Amino acid sequence: MKKIYPNAAAALDGLLTDGMFIASGGFGLCGIPEVLLEAIKVAGTKDLTFASNNAGVDDFGIGILLQTKQVKKMISSYVGENAEFMRQYLSGELELEFNPQGTLAERMRAGGCGIPGFYTKTGVGTVIADGKEHKDFNGQTYIMEEGIVADLAIVKAWKADATGNLIFRKTARNFNPPAAMCGKICVVEVEEIVETGSMDPDHIHLPGIYVHRIIQGDHEKRIEQRTVRSA
Amino acid sequence: MWDRDQMAARAALELQDGWYVNLGIGIPTLVSNYIPEGIEVTLQSENGMLGMGPFPISGAEDADLINAGKQTITELPQTSYFDSAQSFGMIRGGKIAMAILGAMEVSENGDLANWMIPGKLVKGMGGAMDLVAGVGRVVVVMDHTNKHGDSKVLKSCALPLTGQAVVHRIITNLGVLDVVEGGLRIVETADGVSEQQLRDATEATIV
Repeated sequence: MKKIYPNAAAALDGLLTDGMFIASGGFGLCGIPEVLLEAIKVAGTKDLTFASNNAGVDDFGIGILLQTKQVKKMISSYVGENAEFMRQYLSGELELEFNPQGTLAERMRAGGCGIPGFYTKTGVGTVIADGKEHKDFNGQTYIMEEGIVADLAIVKAWKADATGNLIFRKTARNFNPPAAMCGKICVVEVEEIVETGSMDPDHIHLPGIYVHRIIQGDHEKRIEQRTVRSA
Repeated sequence: MWDRDQMAARAALELQDGWYVNLGIGIPTLVSNYIPEGIEVTLQSENGMLGMGPFPISGAEDADLINAGKQTITELPQTSYFDSAQSFGMIRGGKIAMAILGAMEVSENGDLANWMIPGKLVKGMGGAMDLVAGVGRVVVVMDHTNKHGDSKVLKSCALPLTGQAVVHRIITNLGVLDVVEGGLRIVETADGVSEQQLRDATEATIV
């Protein structure tokens, strides 16, 4: 069992096919698999469907794959920071499926847990509920949402060991664990690969069973809204 | 009439000791500046954090530490982090006592519209639909009328809904209204605003 790969291209080798469905971690530009996204751009894989909370900005994150027109469809909760996204969406080049943020996270988690559907109150009485099964429990109405199983999950973590046990850092955890769980194959990029046994087993956020390939990368970790208080 | 800060200060009076609370973007964010003495609340940021601290001082920004508005923030001694599925699990599961949110329109039965204007740029609902469907109490803070002077407190919302019958209390620049059986009940008027002025600016039924 060898999970560590020398670089992103090697880690993605044999996994990318046109028209595939990819789940990506990240919230805004925080905790996004920036190295793997760049490698997918270089690979030129087309007609991709992404389940990702956001679509990056024009020149970073999934935005770089929009510029090269590699994305066919986005499943997201918020796409407001990306002008190229809007241009392609309004011109009909790009499909968009809005999911409420918690519904998207739970769809990934559920899909990874072998749960094909679940009921939630989120979106009842809104356009999100259109065409979905409604069911009452204890006098309250819920709608059914389906679990997501992606062909590939791409994820960013802080540290990994050689067996794929992962530790995330602060709010960069966000969608990464549920995205990892819902992928048939999961490729992870980390800032540091540490010696197996050096992480406290009680402090591991995601066990290596969900992780198939690992690379260590150099991360720009761009800040989207630098906000400070006066000292 | 209340300004933004006065609206935020009034909204802060809704907080109760020990509550876990989610504050939306805009005026709701200002509420954290007015948390009353002796009231301890824990702020949730739905991207995966409880115990949100203030903005960092210059030079201490951390790309791995942002709030739901993607702004750099800081942690506190009691801070905990978790993933998005767990974050919305605690929201959907009713563990968050209250959300204070902005709105474009609110109706007399508590419908809320705050995510989409048809024909304009659609950015997405983010976590707003999950919050209003899941938290214990939803308080809306917004201007009573739009820039054309039309009421935003309506008999029924014209814009696509974020949630149906989810709002409990509305705090505007003109006063405070509760969603009750049959319409809205005036709780109080803002400084210098008469009850008649509040009624005149409200399209919804006042009971």
